[in-house]
Amino acid sequence: MSWALVIWLSIGAYAFKMLGFVVVGSRKLPDMLSRCLMLIPAALLAALVFNSSFTDGQSYALDERAIGLGVAIIAAWRKLPLIVVVILGAATTAFLRVI
Amino acid sequence: MKFRLEPEVRPVVTSALALSGAVGVFALAFGVLAVGAGANVWQACALSFFTFTGASQMSAMTVIGTGGSVGGALGGALLLAGRNGVYGLALSPYFNESLGKRLLAAHFVIDETTAMMTAQTNPRLQKIAFWTTAIALFSLWNLGTLLGAVLGSAIDPHTFGLDVGFTAAYVAMLFPHLKTVNGRFAAAGGALISVVLAPFVPIGLPILASGLAIFVGLRPSASTATEKAAQ
Repeated sequence: MSWALVIWLSIGAYAFKMLGFVVVGSRKLPDMLSRCLMLIPAALLAALVFNSSFTDGQSYALDERAIGLGVAIIAAWRKLPLIVVVILGAATTAFLRVI
Repeated sequence: MKFRLEPEVRPVVTSALALSGAVGVFALAFGVLAVGAGANVWQACALSFFTFTGASQMSAMTVIGTGGSVGGALGGALLLAGRNGVYGLALSPYFNESLGKRLLAAHFVIDETTAMMTAQTNPRLQKIAFWTTAIALFSLWNLGTLLGAVLGSAIDPHTFGLDVGFTAAYVAMLFPHLKTVNGRFAAAGGALISVVLAPFVPIGLPILASGLAIFVGLRPSASTATEKAAQ
């Protein structure tokens, strides 16, 4: 992995934090805009989940990962702690890859 | 001398420490997953120290781990980092310190510090909540990452299903966002875009493009008001 990613991501992340906190300050964003911005995690996290479960590079794939995802969804829905959800998802997939 | 906190301050500090402990365990997972995706120990640690916003760090690692470019990894990760800008807007009225102190505080404007600070009712407790959470969480986040990265270097990521470990972490992080109708629409839209575009564009780009789903937030605000009332 290249250091460029680490450096640019760090600069960019700090720039965003500072933009809201120091530069824009207490000026108010339009309601509609802040409502859209707060939806970023929902859209991107869902994208990461589905993209990384059902694609392999640029083609579609259905394999052990889908079962691991299913187990993780049930665990998260049962409100288990994050680390337990991670371990269950990974362990299920690891187990299926061995057998 | 025995160190004692005022009764008013104690619950704030206790919950800040508990939250930071949980996040520290998550950092352990991030460290393991990051080296599994191709980062070395120092890169994983540098991300936690300088980027210091979990979801962005993980998103970048996922795209790199699946063979995406630096640009592709940056796009989605920066979009996720954008929400800290919104938190900053919400928090800045509470900070009237010097510019230097504000520039330092800005680094710690993330999900957890925002939640802890806005949960307090008076300015003094708000400040204590912010700084206690910031210091404890930053320390444990970095310590956890280091331990996880060292541990992760010793194991094979594919054999241990670490790629799905990432996915599982996203699932857990996603659930709280599904409480509102808009959140569910954005998630469904994001998921759909990311899968449909996958064969046609470079790796990483579908994640960035899924950001288009946030425009469901443009729906009339009347429905958002009823949602708030329903919660």
